[in-house]
Amino acid sequence: MKAKGFTKGIAQKAAWDMSESEVTPESVFKQRRNIIKALGLGAASASLSTNVQAGLFDVFGNDKPKKAFEVSPLTFTKNQSYQTSEILTPENKVISHNNFYEFGTRKTDPQDNAQGFKVNPWQLKIEGEVEKPLTLDYEDLYKLIALEERTYRLRCVEAWSMVIPWVGFSLAELIKKANPTSKAKYVAFETLYDPEQMPGQRNRYVGGGVSYPYVEGLTLPEAMNELSFLAVGLYGKTLPPQNGAPIRLVVPWKYGFKSIKSIVKIRLVEKMPPTSWNILAPHEYGFYANVNPQVDHPRWSQASERRIGAGGLFSAKRIPTQMYNGYGDQVASLYKGLDLRKNF
Amino acid sequence: MRVTPKQLFWIKGLFHLVALTPIVFLVLNVFSGGAGGDPVQYIIHYTGIGALNTLLITLLISPIAKKMKWPWLMRTRRLVGLYVFAYATLHIAAYFSLDLLFEWRLLGEEIVKRPYILVGAVAYLILVALTVTSLKKLMSKMGRKWQTLHNLIYLAVILVAIHFFWSVKSEIIQPSIYIGLVIVLLSFRWRKLIGFFKD
Repeated sequence: MKAKGFTKGIAQKAAWDMSESEVTPESVFKQRRNIIKALGLGAASASLSTNVQAGLFDVFGNDKPKKAFEVSPLTFTKNQSYQTSEILTPENKVISHNNFYEFGTRKTDPQDNAQGFKVNPWQLKIEGEVEKPLTLDYEDLYKLIALEERTYRLRCVEAWSMVIPWVGFSLAELIKKANPTSKAKYVAFETLYDPEQMPGQRNRYVGGGVSYPYVEGLTLPEAMNELSFLAVGLYGKTLPPQNGAPIRLVVPWKYGFKSIKSIVKIRLVEKMPPTSWNILAPHEYGFYANVNPQVDHPRWSQASERRIGAGGLFSAKRIPTQMYNGYGDQVASLYKGLDLRKNF
Repeated sequence: MRVTPKQLFWIKGLFHLVALTPIVFLVLNVFSGGAGGDPVQYIIHYTGIGALNTLLITLLISPIAKKMKWPWLMRTRRLVGLYVFAYATLHIAAYFSLDLLFEWRLLGEEIVKRPYILVGAVAYLILVALTVTSLKKLMSKMGRKWQTLHNLIYLAVILVAIHFFWSVKSEIIQPSIYIGLVIVLLSFRWRKLIGFFKD
């Protein structure tokens, strides 16, 4: 939210002067604020309730920043090939349960610590083995390629999953614009390195011991697959920072950590690039990281997953995990002849 | 320092309050959304750390009582020990109900297949045995055997520290600090611990 529209002399309610009906659970309150924002209603009415209610939650030691990152509605078409009958994970859960160690290792840390993250200006470079290196500025992320919405399952390596409507464009389209040379065999991705903005990059304790910047990679055929997607939004609006604003990868047949967030560099390369979790624990996380119910993580089973849907704590369901997260028709051919037990 | 029975009563009341406060915070945090959109992992970690913290406090009681010459403090140890069991039970209940969603088969498979869960499960069995035998009647009935059994707490705290260290994905700083604390607390008793091996 930008400037609060408060001026001296305009009568304001005192922080303690509230009726019972104003005491709203935070999740409801956040949703409501999102709705207000999505409708584009005036900032004044929204910021009044922010102030009043933030005061209440301070009592419980809840140090959520009062200024939420501002997301804005996007214009896009729905890609009919990627819609689903599955129940979507509600937006408030998608944006409050994140692994983004740059902002802390707890699931709530990214939302707590990333609200002041600056995404504009931004530069995304496509370089390396390409004939036409590209640099996308912030505005280009939304303009260069027409945006579409795709709903994908997201399967975390920690055995929980969500169903999320992303807005963005196909990675292949962007790579084609840069015109890869015949030497290009892999695609390497890199997250922003900015220790001033990302507490996890300043401090090993906050950042969980990952060596930053976070890097990820795909083979060129994987990157050119129709499923590989660069998301700039979710639920019809620009991405909040905890979900990887302003632009992130979404590769739905792979474990979530492959879907690198807040990307600044896409490099076409000859050799298999290093990837962050593989560097940290090579016996637990491989380069491919395809969702595979038959190959367990050394410390837990990957045969089933906890699907985070709507509703309360006990409403989640444990469902069998599907090979390639259910996207085998599109991607199984990429791995013909590859031993998936060795190349996990 | 001498303490009257009435004072001890209030001291114990204070200990109960201190032990229960984190649970109140957990409930508030979960219901206010402060624990995130999917608080399952949060609840499991929170109660697990709660159990470990309480366990370290029980191990701190006798060194403090000796050093400060506060014999009455020893009379709070049973109470604190029972909270270790309570937190550990919440930890396992949260894992089984919220994460595994009551799948018995998966629980059995995971205990057998995952060494860090097996280590935690063994520690929990020790806590169960100590809790069951914490009744005063049993204490006098068991005599010396009681003390032998309750020395297993030292094994339990080592297993719990290993369980914690082994369970994390990458952030090993916190579990390493806990392992350090366990070593310090056990070092207060090194004579006793060496004695086990001499027998």
